Amino acid sequence: MALTRDRVEALRATARDVREDIVRMVHAAACGHPGGPLGMADFMTTLFMEHLDLTPENRHAEDRDRFVLGNGHTCAGYYALLAQKGLIPREELMQFRKMGSPLQGHPHRNLELGIDFSTGSLGNGLSVAAGMALGAKLNGWSSRVYCASSDGESQEGQIWEAATSAAHWGLSNLTVIVDFNDIQIDGRMRDVMDVRDLRAKYSAFGWHAVEIDGHDVVAIDHALREAKAETERPSAIIARTTIGKGVSFMEDKSGWHGVAPNDEQLAQALEDLAAPAS
Amino acid sequence: MLTIQELAPLATGETQKVATRQAYGEALLELGNQHQDIVVLDADLSGSTKTGMFAKAHPGRFYNCGVAEANMAGTAAGLACTGRKAFMSSFAMFAAGKAWEQLRQSVCVPELDVKVCASHAGLTVGEDGKSHQMLEDITLMRVLPNMKVLVPADAVEAREAVRVAYETPGPVYVRLSRASTPVVFADEYRLELGKGALLREGSDVCIAACGVEVAEALGAADLLAADGIEARVINLASIDPIDADLIADSAARCGAILTAEEHQIRGGLGDAVAQVVVRSCPVPMDMAGMDGEFGQTGTAAQLLAHYGLDAASLAQRAKALVQRKGN
Repeated sequence: MALTRDRVEALRATARDVREDIVRMVHAAACGHPGGPLGMADFMTTLFMEHLDLTPENRHAEDRDRFVLGNGHTCAGYYALLAQKGLIPREELMQFRKMGSPLQGHPHRNLELGIDFSTGSLGNGLSVAAGMALGAKLNGWSSRVYCASSDGESQEGQIWEAATSAAHWGLSNLTVIVDFNDIQIDGRMRDVMDVRDLRAKYSAFGWHAVEIDGHDVVAIDHALREAKAETERPSAIIARTTIGKGVSFMEDKSGWHGVAPNDEQLAQALEDLAAPAS
Repeated sequence: MLTIQELAPLATGETQKVATRQAYGEALLELGNQHQDIVVLDADLSGSTKTGMFAKAHPGRFYNCGVAEANMAGTAAGLACTGRKAFMSSFAMFAAGKAWEQLRQSVCVPELDVKVCASHAGLTVGEDGKSHQMLEDITLMRVLPNMKVLVPADAVEAREAVRVAYETPGPVYVRLSRASTPVVFADEYRLELGKGALLREGSDVCIAACGVEVAEALGAADLLAADGIEARVINLASIDPIDADLIADSAARCGAILTAEEHQIRGGLGDAVAQVVVRSCPVPMDMAGMDGEFGQTGTAAQLLAHYGLDAASLAQRAKALVQRKGN
């Protein structure tokens, strides 16, 4: 069933709220990674608010859905969405990256807060997600396991070890969403080390693979529904995005991978995000 | 009061030789029969690591990951998140070496029930040479917070190590050998995490050993006795946590400690014992092991002799240590 017009509007509004949280959190921390999560906000919001079966009530249930943030540095948006779902107290968001906070600079497993796994070192997430999917199948659970990854992370060899095994074991309950923004720390991904056609690669590895506009919530929702309908293969959704999406001066700039906005930049960012979408 | 562990009839010529990896395979199969929560992963070496026995009996709970150890460690971590106790095996070189980062990030940081049972460790892998003689795994594993490290001395203790690994929550590393080695312990022996075992009493010098070196240390003690030197021999299979009380007691009683391991002394058993000794009861020490070099091809026995790890070499070294004690 396709999303209603109202639901699409609601998801867009939530994605905007998540983007506001991201810039506020990174600004408050005075360090962190705003660009990536701003670009991922649309598909992450659609996944978390429309598909991921994780609630304050079922957070400790064995057969709930699971999520692994492979590109762990983008966790500001992840935490903001866990707050949207009532798993992280809103006031905790502004403690992001501060001494004593469970909201570390990269995610650390905390089932109470809905954080399913510890990540931060690129390449590790998809193997773990595949292990969770394998365990869910072995246990006869209907759980789905979602993993976020990125074009830069796809340079890690372990991703392709995991891609091989997930297809070999027929993990149809596993979906990876790859944030493809053509930006990494040292510049354009295609200049640093071009991973080329990830849809074709995942497809060649035996996955159901699609490429979509990662800012189109209808397309994202459709791709996630298709993934759920798969019965034999794991699914890869290559989401084309713009890093820094929604904040004029951050868009498509590798410089905003890991830099916090100052007071002036925060005000500008919030103004950009408040403006009606073009 | 310390009691001397009952040993298998080593000196009477009835010594049987069994590889610790063989004992692992048998113990894992038995444990797997009893406990449905055990899953086993291997990286295309199930015949050599002996996980193949479990695989044959429980194909639904066995995952061959192919030649991809990093992915195996991550997959084991994911399985552990679904309520399973995941045993993963490969050669020590690859399990501890190739997958170290994944064991740190995906197993030790979230403190998951992953048991790394790594075979073909140390010099005694023999003819395969430098590339396969893993001499750094104890260092790599004991430096990791949350990782427990066990180095069984024989088949009896290896069986026990598998039980302890299963019963101990969180990550555990078990170091296993390829070579068939003497059975040291009597069948009733029970290994306890964080506890060493007193194998022979003496007060002139203490030899603290782990793994295949335990049998060599007992042999060295026989040679020393013939020269009028009484050596205490202790087995330190539990390297992390280590039995600090037994080490301190041995330092106080003997006044000198020699460690023996088929591993680099930098960061290995020697280092672990020295850390206890310097903090609690400083006495002269020496460390038999690899001192900053790689091995070479050869039979297990040739290699142990060449690198000063056979009974005769340990005895000679212990004598020199006794001399130092008097100075």
